[in-house]
Amino acid sequence: MTAHEKLSAAIRAANEAGRTALVPFITAGYPEPKDFIAILKDVASVGDVVELGIPFSDPMADGMTIQRSSFIALQKGVSLKWIFEQLDSVKGEIDAPLVMMSYLNPLLAFGYEALAERALAAGVCGFIVPDLPFEESEDLRDALDARGIGLIQLVTPATPDERLKTLCDASRGFVYAVTITGITGGEEGLPGNLAAYLDKVSSFSEIPVCAGFGIREAADVTAVGKHANGAIVGSALVEVLENGGDARQFLTGLRHTA
Amino acid sequence: MSSLFAADEAGRLLDAAIKGEMPDERGRFGPFGGRYVPETLVPAFERLEAGVRQHLHDAEFQATFQRELREWVGRPTALTFAAQLSKAWGAEVWIKREDLAHTGAHKINNAIGQALLAKRLGAKRVIAETGAGQHGVASAAACARVGLPCSVYMGAVDMERQAPNVDRMQRLGAEVVAVESGDKTLRAAIDEALRAWVTDPDGIYYLLGSAVGAHPYPYLVRELQTVIGKEARQQMLDQAGGLPDVAFACVGGGSNAIGLFHPLLGDDIELIGVEAGGTGDGLGQNAATLATGTPGVLQGSYTIILQDDDGQVQETHSISAGLDYSGVGPEHALLQAVGRVQYISARDDEALEALEELCATEGILTALETSHAYAAAREYAKRNPGKRILIGNSGRGDKDMPTLTQYPARTRRHDSA
Repeated sequence: MTAHEKLSAAIRAANEAGRTALVPFITAGYPEPKDFIAILKDVASVGDVVELGIPFSDPMADGMTIQRSSFIALQKGVSLKWIFEQLDSVKGEIDAPLVMMSYLNPLLAFGYEALAERALAAGVCGFIVPDLPFEESEDLRDALDARGIGLIQLVTPATPDERLKTLCDASRGFVYAVTITGITGGEEGLPGNLAAYLDKVSSFSEIPVCAGFGIREAADVTAVGKHANGAIVGSALVEVLENGGDARQFLTGLRHTA
Repeated sequence: MSSLFAADEAGRLLDAAIKGEMPDERGRFGPFGGRYVPETLVPAFERLEAGVRQHLHDAEFQATFQRELREWVGRPTALTFAAQLSKAWGAEVWIKREDLAHTGAHKINNAIGQALLAKRLGAKRVIAETGAGQHGVASAAACARVGLPCSVYMGAVDMERQAPNVDRMQRLGAEVVAVESGDKTLRAAIDEALRAWVTDPDGIYYLLGSAVGAHPYPYLVRELQTVIGKEARQQMLDQAGGLPDVAFACVGGGSNAIGLFHPLLGDDIELIGVEAGGTGDGLGQNAATLATGTPGVLQGSYTIILQDDDGQVQETHSISAGLDYSGVGPEHALLQAVGRVQYISARDDEALEALEELCATEGILTALETSHAYAAAREYAKRNPGKRILIGNSGRGDKDMPTLTQYPARTRRHDSA
């Protein structure tokens, strides 16, 4: 099984067990770099796939919560190199497959070939790159493809049908369906026409669809779970960590149907 | 950077730039440029690109734009012979007076052009970012002129050092949104404007103020600013009797510089862009992007940026808010890489000295941004006596009074008279 197939399989396994796959997002090294592995193990014990945010100086698609966590992690010296070293130290100990969410420039600075090689060694199965549209993605996609690592495409309610088809076909591991027209961490909740949108994305995609942005509580997970394979929880989880809360307890709570 | 291409490849790219074949259909200036934006904005960028293609060179749009430039902006702006400065420098110095354009800087050329475009494209409201405040003021004025609501995103640090412009924007009917995230200057303001745009990509028109960002902005802004270079070129022929030996412009994002330089690319004129050298050469002490940066992606474009080894974008320092930016327009990155334009820097103190000298010799209070171009031109004149020098005077310095009052004037002509 290639790395990206592990992602799809983990999500489908959750569905087959009668659950909506849960994909928790954490900013790597936040709030304290020394707690990174402990937090990762915690969230991986509940999550089906774990999304690791790579801190960046200009997180233009993120709201205040993730911006804050990103700046603090950077201030405390977190870098992509450091994250890979940390992952090496626990290889084989974390069951949930990992994806990295990174803006493009840190990946560009690392070098695509070196990145793909390093990611494979560290057990990273996929990448989400919010400022890399499909049209500009060929070089990174080629480097990742050669190692079976997935480049996960985002789709949004603003995506026209023809483009939606292209993006769903290109995506590997899962399709990341952004639920709202906006940035992460919004307070508005999920939009009313969510079901039709997610059903459409699911009908276009041959791989699992995970919905993200604005998912904050168990009722949200239940709502998207009816129309998508998985739910991605980012800002709400980062807020729990920010407030010194228990990530495992919060995520377990999301599993309980409201 | 000149080693980036083989010599014949550099020549081919420069030829294409001179002929106006840049950017290509993917928004590339050679390797630079492109469109690195969140998926939510991709359809909005595609609509904008189609709108630019349809309207920008359309006769009716151009007629309206040219009329607004003439009757509302006050173009053509003057070309001034700087008699005393010429004498002091041992050179022949000519100044292209964008400070005389409505609202006091070249920014208005782009703002009114894009505001007219926003109206044509059916936008419900306009957002803009601003550093020095000049683009914010220009956008506020242009939006009032065409009848569109306008919100301007401005870093909290810049709001403090450019307070008079905040008041001007508000009086012109714009909402000024303080940006407290990131470095609280221009870069953070652009990030925040992009976040706002993502919330309503259909209704909002983003009026970007410099020749930076994702395609088609570097192209669109250049096309709206080349009026500077076209006018200056003709005025030099008419008033000076010939083209200059060298032309100087300050470079932050680089809109006034590309506006002045682009129409001169095919001429035998040395072109020199001047960045902010800040207080020194160390990372974070300046905004000399092209002089010290490396290729990377920032805010939608593959260009030269100030970053560390991990690809984290670095904060900058400059006395002038308008030059205080970690990136630069992708066309400048190309023009540097092919060796057509030389990019150097001037420090804060050199800019201040140049500002005072221009006040004393020519009675022109120029912007702190523009002062960097004078500082570099003065050094050039020392080494190359007798040259005919053209300086792009991108804006006026009234907005800089809060900063300038911290530095007591050293030049007092009436004392020595």
